[in-house]
Amino acid sequence: MKEFLYLIRGGQEKYEKNSPDEMQKHMEHWQEWMGGLAQAGQLVGGQPLMTEGKTLSEGGAKIIDRPLAEGKELVGGYLLIKADSLDHASEIAKGCPSFEYGCTVEVREISPM
Amino acid sequence: MEHSNHIDNTVNHLFRQESGKMVAVLVKIFGAENIEMAEDVVQDALVSALETWKYRGMPDNPRAWLYRTAKNKAIDIIRRNKYSTRIDFSDPNKQLLTSGYTMNVTMDNYWKEDQIKDDFLAMMYACCHPDISEENQITFILKSLCGFSTKEVARSFLTSEDTISKRLYRTKEYFRKHKIRPKIPTSNEIAAKTKTVLNAIYLMFNEGYNATHADQLIRKDVIEQAMLLCRSLLSVERTQLPEVYALMALMCFHAARLDSRLTTEGELILLSKQDRTQWDTVIIQSGKKYLNKAAFGDTLSTYHIEAAIAYEHCIAKEYKNTNWSMILKYYDIFLNITHDPIVFLNRCMVILELHGPDKALKAIETIKNNKVIEKYYLYHATLGEIYIRLQQNTKAVIHYQKAIQLTQSKPEKQFLKDKVARILN
Repeated sequence: MKEFLYLIRGGQEKYEKNSPDEMQKHMEHWQEWMGGLAQAGQLVGGQPLMTEGKTLSEGGAKIIDRPLAEGKELVGGYLLIKADSLDHASEIAKGCPSFEYGCTVEVREISPM
Repeated sequence: MEHSNHIDNTVNHLFRQESGKMVAVLVKIFGAENIEMAEDVVQDALVSALETWKYRGMPDNPRAWLYRTAKNKAIDIIRRNKYSTRIDFSDPNKQLLTSGYTMNVTMDNYWKEDQIKDDFLAMMYACCHPDISEENQITFILKSLCGFSTKEVARSFLTSEDTISKRLYRTKEYFRKHKIRPKIPTSNEIAAKTKTVLNAIYLMFNEGYNATHADQLIRKDVIEQAMLLCRSLLSVERTQLPEVYALMALMCFHAARLDSRLTTEGELILLSKQDRTQWDTVIIQSGKKYLNKAAFGDTLSTYHIEAAIAYEHCIAKEYKNTNWSMILKYYDIFLNITHDPIVFLNRCMVILELHGPDKALKAIETIKNNKVIEKYYLYHATLGEIYIRLQQNTKAVIHYQKAIQLTQSKPEKQFLKDKVARILN
């Protein structure tokens, strides 16, 4: 099996407006979905990210006090999973609960060592 | 002062009830190799509770408060150990504890009511593994599942804290080495495995019941905890076995008579001399209910018979009303399923009551010259009793003297010495 990275973008606005109950439900969906991946031995790991960040460019000379992309483009979290192929990994990604928040999921194969 | 005493008492009670369950859940999370981590979290939660409640008063639901605190502390530990090898997160369920997406929900799931009950029982089965000595089993149960401090366990065993720490260490080593994953046995092993658990519970109960040395409060606590463990087996369908009900009944019949067994100075009072108005009829009644429930299936355990015998004693209004012929029948059945010398000797005492000293002497002589039984103080004490009734005082004294030499128990020694003194006067 190959390894893939899911880059989860956006969803921040809705995320902040959520009621605790909705939040709880949403997190339970994450638990179910990732639980399924873990049981199948396909989950490697993954974490949500804080919204704060810095972006360095020009050889480190230029620093802006925010992540490079904002809004719908802001990377909000990542997962590492195992799948047979890019298609397989994309199929799995369809179950990602982040879609409930209007996120996009970019699927990228980890370059084999 | 009164306020903080109230908190202390509530916390103590709560802690006895809940600490074992919290340890069981945390062991499931951290793994049995990290049992000390689990115990530390529970200890920390208790300390936080005491500190916070003393300032802000008791919360509405102290139990929920305690659980929530333990849960948060567990989350802290997981965060700190996410990349260390101390906790094995390879199990798919535990893997979810390492991601921010799933950690909270996964953690909450570990603390669901039914789950906790099962985890607690699973832990009991793990503690009572036959490879762990009985002494170490009870020590560990008292400490880790019943919330006793090392000091309290030492006091109830009348031994040093050092000895208790060593015993605990050995049990924890066993868990570590064998990577024990506590679980409730499957249905085809449950009867055999429950036997060892019941054995430990009954030993624990007797430790509290018979230990005339230790202070009253600790003894009652030990007894209460033994009964609580048995009740927790009865609270889950899989472990509602006839022998579990029978042991529960037996402990009720004994516990009902607890206060009448000792003088205020801690001297033993014989059954014939006990004040039966002191017996707790409510506990006797619940014992009876348990005994009725024990009567299903084809299991006849020693607990069934012991409970039946104890029940006969409980319902006799006075000693002279005791139904000895019924009790003798129970002893006959008893000897059929076990060759315990104590049972044999107790049966001789029943014959003494029912048929008189000649028959009793005949019965006890059937095992004459048995090297093992001759070393039991009870053998000689029984013979002493029979010879008194035969009015052969010299022989009675000889046997009582031997019994005094053979018993380690101070109250027993005193009790026998008094008997000898009475004969000689």
